[in-house]
Amino acid sequence: MLPELPLLSFVIWFPILGGVAVLFVGDDNPGRARTLALTVAILSFLISLPLYTLFDPATAAMQFQEFAPWIPAFTVNYHLGVDGFSMPLILLTAFMTVLVIIAGWEVVQYRVAQYMAAFLIMEGLMIGVFAALDALLFYVFFEAMLIPMFLIIGIWGGPRRVYATIKFFLYTFIGSVFMLIALIYMYNQANSFEILDFHKLPLSMTEQVWIFFAFVLGFSVKVPMWPVHTWLPDAHVEAPTGGSVILAAITLKIGGYGFLRFALPITPDAANLLDWLIIALSLIAVVYIGLVALIQQDMKKLIAYSSIAHMGFVTLGFFIVFGLYRNTGSLSGAAMGIEGGMVQMVSHGFISGALFLCVGVLYDRLHSRQIKDYGGVVNTMPVFAAFMVLFAMANSGLPGTSGFVGEFLVILSSFKANFWIAFLAATTLILGAAYTLWLVKRVIFGEIGNSHVAELKDANTREIVMLSLLAAAVLLLGLWPDPLTSVMHATVDNLLQHVTVTKL
Amino acid sequence: MNFVAPDFMPVLPELFMLTMACLVLVIDVFLEQRQRHITYGLAQLTLLGAALLTLATYAHAPVTTMFGHYIKDAMGDLLKLFIYLASAAVFLYSRDYLQRRDLFKGEYYVLGLFGVLGMMIMVSAHSLLSVYLGLELLSLSLYALVALDRDSPVASEAAMKYFVLGSLASGMLLYGISMIYGATGSVDLQVVSDAVAKQGANNLVLVFGLVFLVVGLSFKLGAVPFHMWLPDVYQGAPTSVTLYIGSAPKLAAFALMMRVLVDGLGTLQGDWQQMLIILSALSIALGNLVAIVQTNIKRMLAYSTISHVGFLLLGILAGSPEGYAAAMFYAIVYVLMAVGAFGVVIMLGRAGFEAENIDDFKGLNDRSPWLAFLMLVIMMSMAGVPFLAGFYAKWMVLQAVVNIGLVWLALFGVVFSVVGAFYYLRVVKCLYFDKPEQSEPIQISLDTEIAISANGLLLVALGLYPTALMTWCATALLN
Repeated sequence: MLPELPLLSFVIWFPILGGVAVLFVGDDNPGRARTLALTVAILSFLISLPLYTLFDPATAAMQFQEFAPWIPAFTVNYHLGVDGFSMPLILLTAFMTVLVIIAGWEVVQYRVAQYMAAFLIMEGLMIGVFAALDALLFYVFFEAMLIPMFLIIGIWGGPRRVYATIKFFLYTFIGSVFMLIALIYMYNQANSFEILDFHKLPLSMTEQVWIFFAFVLGFSVKVPMWPVHTWLPDAHVEAPTGGSVILAAITLKIGGYGFLRFALPITPDAANLLDWLIIALSLIAVVYIGLVALIQQDMKKLIAYSSIAHMGFVTLGFFIVFGLYRNTGSLSGAAMGIEGGMVQMVSHGFISGALFLCVGVLYDRLHSRQIKDYGGVVNTMPVFAAFMVLFAMANSGLPGTSGFVGEFLVILSSFKANFWIAFLAATTLILGAAYTLWLVKRVIFGEIGNSHVAELKDANTREIVMLSLLAAAVLLLGLWPDPLTSVMHATVDNLLQHVTVTKL
Repeated sequence: MNFVAPDFMPVLPELFMLTMACLVLVIDVFLEQRQRHITYGLAQLTLLGAALLTLATYAHAPVTTMFGHYIKDAMGDLLKLFIYLASAAVFLYSRDYLQRRDLFKGEYYVLGLFGVLGMMIMVSAHSLLSVYLGLELLSLSLYALVALDRDSPVASEAAMKYFVLGSLASGMLLYGISMIYGATGSVDLQVVSDAVAKQGANNLVLVFGLVFLVVGLSFKLGAVPFHMWLPDVYQGAPTSVTLYIGSAPKLAAFALMMRVLVDGLGTLQGDWQQMLIILSALSIALGNLVAIVQTNIKRMLAYSTISHVGFLLLGILAGSPEGYAAAMFYAIVYVLMAVGAFGVVIMLGRAGFEAENIDDFKGLNDRSPWLAFLMLVIMMSMAGVPFLAGFYAKWMVLQAVVNIGLVWLALFGVVFSVVGAFYYLRVVKCLYFDKPEQSEPIQISLDTEIAISANGLLLVALGLYPTALMTWCATALLN
């Protein structure tokens, strides 16, 4: 036990400095850049593991705290800490970055060092977002993330990459600047940028509603929620495989995390008042976007829309608690919604990442993402097909996979709140199965579609390694979710107690 | 009548600058073209000497001299140090550019040094007369500098335009000064301030004078609707001169605003706040919108300057110590960014080729990854993306504005800063996403490369730890 070690700072800055080191290796030395990047990524993941093993699940207090004055004139502090919400997401980030580095191993040949460095720096910044306990520090990490992702999509992306990446940047930027004003406004009230001080800050209903909208704007773009989701399909389609994986697996989760950390506890009354709005938007995402996914011709676009639909479940789970509490008056029931949302976030991180990697594997061989260019892949790539079918099943929520746990918990809690909400949410089981299985049917099964497919080579060791890691994670979380849920019980209870007490 | 000699110690850096500028002028006459680098070296030494003198006599408490026309205080000294720094960078970045275009003449440096002297006087002016003196010294140097390339019709046109509009602005300023003098009976800012405090804000002549003063200052600062000269001059002038105009003078203009509006006419804050709100909102909107359609990078940066001026005014109009500190921080950070941006533009040029169009930046990442990275840092900093200094500048002025209850103005500002992000992103797009259209190697001498690297990395360093500079600004303004 080394409680004095600034563990979180290590986890944030080690990949960033490692990324800078990779940059200095330069693009002339791709082999060395790759090895160094992989070493840094694996080491970062290993350093992040003590966050789990030393985590005390019994308390909702922030753990591994670090505190240092940063901009004393405005009482901004370099304040880090994690609780049951942020810790699993940090591990997820570190884990997915390793996979992304492996996924880009041979595939990326152009400016290898810059590619690897961008992902490592991105990792550090994303972990910073999850670990920041100071609102300005959070905002700084939140915004700084845009630069590496902007470059990743723009440099290594597809034909329409410039349009996609600028759209991505501007959408996210406009969402977050309003949040900045809200944060400044609250600073003027609280004289502190500490998020935990904001939680305690008394705010009138009008103020809360405005601040709530600022948060919703900032985070719903990230999640993304209907109708501000349109950047996502573009960004996903154009991004290189690694970029899609990080976007889907981590950055979308930052939106969900933002709701838990900011919107719910800081403006509980506004959230209570306007929960119908978020629930309505979530249901639109689940049903309408699910239908949109059904007709996609492009595999990546289909998975992108499926991401939006699944993230709709996350926001639904977070906001259903108000209706549930109004109906039942019990906190323990309400906890299910939030826990379901959290499990869904982590599970979706694995599944969507895995599906994008699968598409990447196919794309590397045929350089097409169109569903019609494939067919009968199982005949030439049996091992790969097995993985893809597993992830597709997980995506449609098959019991035994991680996809089932989150969806089940959210539907169950919606059922207690309102039958019709649960009914609409449950359509995802049909829609999700429809678009995912139809995708699998057209791509994997059937007769061999064309001569190109006939020449396909099965997944190589590198691909098998990364897909097996994800498959293990998906199955583990599906069969035994307790290691994940047990660390967040205390945090969820604490949040609910906070949310259900009015600030007025 | 007795003549009492004023205390010359507080103006030591100015006297040094004046002497050295004259000396450089004389020495330069006797130099041959191949020895011109001596002039350059002397100019840099002058800036260094002035910096050392300013540091040695750094004012911890304000001292007035020259019968109240001149003040030496911490704000002035800090700004002067950054003026030297920016000017030194300007001289360094321009050297190769001027050499390649047969413009490497002593005049550039002599006029540059006189311009710096003008800025120093503006920064330390404590009466409306010395305000005008400093402003004109700077402006006249700038008019001549813009026309430095005698054979370029664009530059001559720009110089002409600048001169005519600049004179108009000076006229406005003088008219305003005369009204203030009429209303208060003095040009000494301290006396003016006392007199205004006594008569209150209801004196019509005073308010009229204020309007003319604000108009004159806005002309010099380039705030909408008095910005017309700025894009043409930025585009028309040789890039080395654009670099000069775009950097240190903004610090002097900020100081001028502080001296005249805050120190002199602080009582009329209610009046000038209204005017500055309009000027600032218009500048932010127009600057950002029009910059989008530019294809010439100098012109684009000119419009971006206008929008930055708008943000800077947000800090001043807040009218609180916090706001002034924010504006000062903004001005300093902006100058660092502008010097870097124009510096990169200058470095991409070659003999017979000006890297003036945004398209000339295409594929810079393939030609010079380091330079591309520095430009990325500068552009993102201008856009206000965090972990870069520009973000804190924007954040601080927004905070000041929200603090006085003008939340709508802050919202207006951030919406247009998103609009602004677009054209900075377009430059980054050219840097990184496009294939290079030129293959000529980029020639940069070692000292220039070190300087531009330091310039870019300073923006990163200030982004990671902005506290030091913020504290300097805040304490400098407290005295």
